[in-house]
Amino acid sequence: MAGAKEVRTKIASIKSTQKITKAMQMVAASKMRRAQERMSASKPYAEKMLSVISHLACATPEYRHSFMAVERSRKRVGFIIISSDRGLCGGLNSNLFRKLIAEVKTLHAAGIEPVFCTIGSKALAFFRRFGGKVLGQATHLGDKPHIESLIGTVKVMLDAFEAKEIDALYVASNEFVNTMTQRPVIRQLVPLVPSEQAAMPLHWDYIYEPDAKTVLDSLLTRYIEALVYQGVVENGACEQAARMVAMKSASDNAGELMGELQLIYNKARQAAITQEISEIVGGAAAV
Amino acid sequence: MAMTIHVDIVSAEGAIHSGLATMVFATAELGEVGIAPRHTAFISRLRPGDVRVQKENGEKDHFYVSGGMIEVQPMAVTILADTAIRAHDLDEAAAMEVKRKAEDALAGHAAEFEYAKAQSELAEAIAQLRAIERMRKMKTS
Repeated sequence: MAGAKEVRTKIASIKSTQKITKAMQMVAASKMRRAQERMSASKPYAEKMLSVISHLACATPEYRHSFMAVERSRKRVGFIIISSDRGLCGGLNSNLFRKLIAEVKTLHAAGIEPVFCTIGSKALAFFRRFGGKVLGQATHLGDKPHIESLIGTVKVMLDAFEAKEIDALYVASNEFVNTMTQRPVIRQLVPLVPSEQAAMPLHWDYIYEPDAKTVLDSLLTRYIEALVYQGVVENGACEQAARMVAMKSASDNAGELMGELQLIYNKARQAAITQEISEIVGGAAAV
Repeated sequence: MAMTIHVDIVSAEGAIHSGLATMVFATAELGEVGIAPRHTAFISRLRPGDVRVQKENGEKDHFYVSGGMIEVQPMAVTILADTAIRAHDLDEAAAMEVKRKAEDALAGHAAEFEYAKAQSELAEAIAQLRAIERMRKMKTS
């Protein structure tokens, strides 16, 4: 019965693994719903801001903020990489890093040096192995990320941009297409990509308090922060969706494996019984 | 019917309020402002303080904002509220903290990296052992 016993313990261990993966799947499913709500809740802020900014840009053409300036020749570019804090979410993070590596390679070929700022512990762990200049990091944002914890990260990079240490800033994160699909994307943050807008026909301007420059400055910083925050929230939804799918397939695989092992166990048990009977019969015949 | 103005209060973490009002009060950078319908276009930073929205039925809604921006157009008021308390030196401190953490982490004090590294080394060792085992089997068979 030794073989049968071994198989039985194996089945028990797979069963407990399956229980865990199933629980994780269900937790991820409920977290995903909430993350998606947060994702849609963050949209109106950035949209409203963009409309104010584009209007301001039209109304005060004499003042150009450095974020809106024309492209400088690029020597170094910055990346803010948004990853998850935890693993067990399929290929979510590795897909993003793969895309990033490809991007970095083309940059190197063009003689441009990349610098990084990481959000989430997976990205940090990756750069630890991959190498590269990391200016700042933020980890353990939790399921409900707050914009507070991102202010520093964004400021580090924007300061570097103002000081001309970097000539462009990108954000790399996962885009939530649907529950089954998450796509890694790299978007340009600064210089701001001019959005297509209808020319303002009206000749009017705001009353500024205290003045246009201060207002525009604080608006732009907040806008960039809002974009990064959106990326973080979206990546959170992606993480939960990816984890849900990964855990579902893990549970399914565990079920399949258990079925196979059960068959093996039954066979082993049958063989042991047959052997025992034949031994008894053989012994009886000998007597 | 009294004239009304549309009010939207949004923060990065979600919409806070949306509706019609007969008057809106807020603490702008240079003092408290009261916005009536058909106010001229106006934009300002907000100081931490109350935002009061007077609704059509005379009720008043109070909101606390820790700063942000107010944008006024003749028929609409948009308040972009901050969720965090902002000040130049606070932001500076946050940035320093982020930098310091990155340096710390890359200098190798954090346990997580050791874990990740150990894990990859372990995986490599296991792969090597497997290869050796396979080679032995091939020799004996």
